[in-house]
Amino acid sequence: MTESLIGRNLLAGNEPDPAGDAGHRDHPPRVGFFTDTSVCIGCKACEVACKEWNAIPEDGLELTGMSYDNTQGLGASTWRHVAFIEQRKPLGNAEAGVAHEDGVAQEAGVAREDGLAHEDGDATDLRWLMASDVCKHCTHAACLDVCPTGALFRTEFGTVVVQEDVCNGCGYCVPACPYGVIDQRKEDGRVWKCTMCYDRLGAGQEPACAKACPTQSIQFGPLDELRARADERVRQLHEIGVTDARLYGRDPDDGVGGDGAFFLLLDEPEVYGLPPDPVVTTRDLPSMWRHAGVAALTLLGGLAAVFAAHGRPEGKR
Amino acid sequence: MSESDVTKDGIRGERPDREALVGKGMPRRRKGRRGERAMVPEAKFTSYYGKPVLNPPTWEPLDIAGYFFLGGLAGAGSVLAAGAQLTGRRSTARALKISSLVAITGSAAALVHDLGRPERFANMLRVLKPTSPMSVGSWLLAAYGPAAGAAAVLDVTGFLPRLGRAATAGAAALGPAVAAYTAVLAADTAVPAWHGGYRELPFVFVGSAAAAASGMALITSPARENAPARSAAVLGVALETAAAKVMERRLGLVGETYRQGRAGRLMRAAEALSVLGAAGAALGGRRRTTAVLSGAALLAASACTRFGVFHAGTQSAEDPKYTVVPQRQRLEAAG
Ligand code: SF4
Ligand code: SF4
Ligand code: SF4
Repeated sequence: MTESLIGRNLLAGNEPDPAGDAGHRDHPPRVGFFTDTSVCIGCKACEVACKEWNAIPEDGLELTGMSYDNTQGLGASTWRHVAFIEQRKPLGNAEAGVAHEDGVAQEAGVAREDGLAHEDGDATDLRWLMASDVCKHCTHAACLDVCPTGALFRTEFGTVVVQEDVCNGCGYCVPACPYGVIDQRKEDGRVWKCTMCYDRLGAGQEPACAKACPTQSIQFGPLDELRARADERVRQLHEIGVTDARLYGRDPDDGVGGDGAFFLLLDEPEVYGLPPDPVVTTRDLPSMWRHAGVAALTLLGGLAAVFAAHGRPEGKR
Repeated sequence: MSESDVTKDGIRGERPDREALVGKGMPRRRKGRRGERAMVPEAKFTSYYGKPVLNPPTWEPLDIAGYFFLGGLAGAGSVLAAGAQLTGRRSTARALKISSLVAITGSAAALVHDLGRPERFANMLRVLKPTSPMSVGSWLLAAYGPAAGAAAVLDVTGFLPRLGRAATAGAAALGPAVAAYTAVLAADTAVPAWHGGYRELPFVFVGSAAAAASGMALITSPARENAPARSAAVLGVALETAAAKVMERRLGLVGETYRQGRAGRLMRAAEALSVLGAAGAALGGRRRTTAVLSGAALLAASACTRFGVFHAGTQSAEDPKYTVVPQRQRLEAAG
């Protein structure tokens, strides 16, 4: 049975119509996010809008020392997370806009001992990467696959949503997600994550985070359109010398069948805390069941052989 | 840098928005000494401030490792019980049927206790999803639990012997599946130390289950009946130890999570205890005291294995190294 699921691309591989395969007829086109981190200014409007719209409780007010990131990562009560990365690397041929006297630059740890002198001497090789992370609404979503209650489901928009009135807080989806997105709210017991604003989509509105984004770093729309637009954007950036620009989660043939929410990044994914090559764990499930079956038969056969070898106890013969 | 001005007549000059040409504006650099810096070996892997990529399991170790251990004890115990009954080892059969009933009750109780919303336990049986080992396992427990219960109760009371034999056989048929599926449950996650070991983990688990159940048989049954349990102990320990070794080797870098920290201590304790238990059972199992001590060592070894595997998983999820490095290697191998 699981084999036939693979055959129909329900466990892994390219999958053009996840909503249709989940049983939705005449459904709207699959929607998603294209998060273009090259224009993100790190304002965190998306984080705030998400918290506000979805009435998410506060989950800690800490100063981490991780640049301007005190949110730290996605979790049960953080469905958008803006990452901040400070690097000594030029952004393409960018004007970094950091004009220090040499002394100041050195104090700030931007020393020039490596001879990275600048022609004009007033800018440093500093770049600041900012990226708004979110649930990827995977084409093959491990969280959804492993959920034993059916609380996680595929919507008609092709997104992945938890039904909070069904979730029993078994926590299986948490370690199943290859991106570390979904998590349990301890005081509540259930798990929570981005719904891609299912309520707003139903009312024909765009998600709150995309609506709030002042630079259109978060772009919402039909996935096909977003993919075409993203390809064009990468081409544009490469043209002006930003060779670091690359798409993440765009490829429908990757380990999760492509992400519903994909990104334009300016460095390797792991720099942003993203896995470089995520694979939906259930891709290997048929093989797992086969191995477990052989193991179970080994146990049964082994113990049967033991009894056959020993026969009846002495004295009782 | 802004290209727009707010004036009385509205906004003048268009903001570039998503077309902004970030990265434009500076003269292209000379390559020069920059190239030499590439000679410095790159750090092995990068991460976001050392934060984990994955969200580690929220499961309580006592609940979930306990659920693995008790499920194994029950499942393999049912097979031993049926074998004992068929070969005329009445008291062994009865003791193991009782222990399986108690263990599977404890196993299910631990699982329910770990739920964030225990009162919604029944939602586990809302659907049957082959893609969810926890769903399949819940249905398996729903079938196995009553069989194990009936086998124990009918044996003790002596009622309905024919139904009792059927229940014993049913529990023995389902028992190995109960012992093995929990390995799939752990492996079907993104946790590197579990998923990467999905081929061997079921063998580790059934071996550990066989060791635990034979330990229970050694403790509870008279020496006259315990010859099969002694052999089963040796077999179980051999299978578990060999499978664990192969798994560690296959895991490569991630394998070190089974050797380090709390997981490492538990896995070493498990190995020492199981070798001790198996040797004691094989060589001195005819003496009641040795049999009981060996049985206790085997049970403790099995519990240590389950807790060790659990903690190795948590450790591998909490360090981004174990997520990033193997994935990088995979990408590089693929070209
Ligand atoms: S990113 Fe994680 S939580 Fe989101 S759909 Fe994919 S597997 Fe589920
Ligand atoms: S915690 Fe809730 S949503 Fe997650 S797998 Fe369990 S029942 Fe499903
Ligand atoms: S789509 Fe809605 S729920 Fe998801 S991150 Fe944006 S605001 Fe939050």
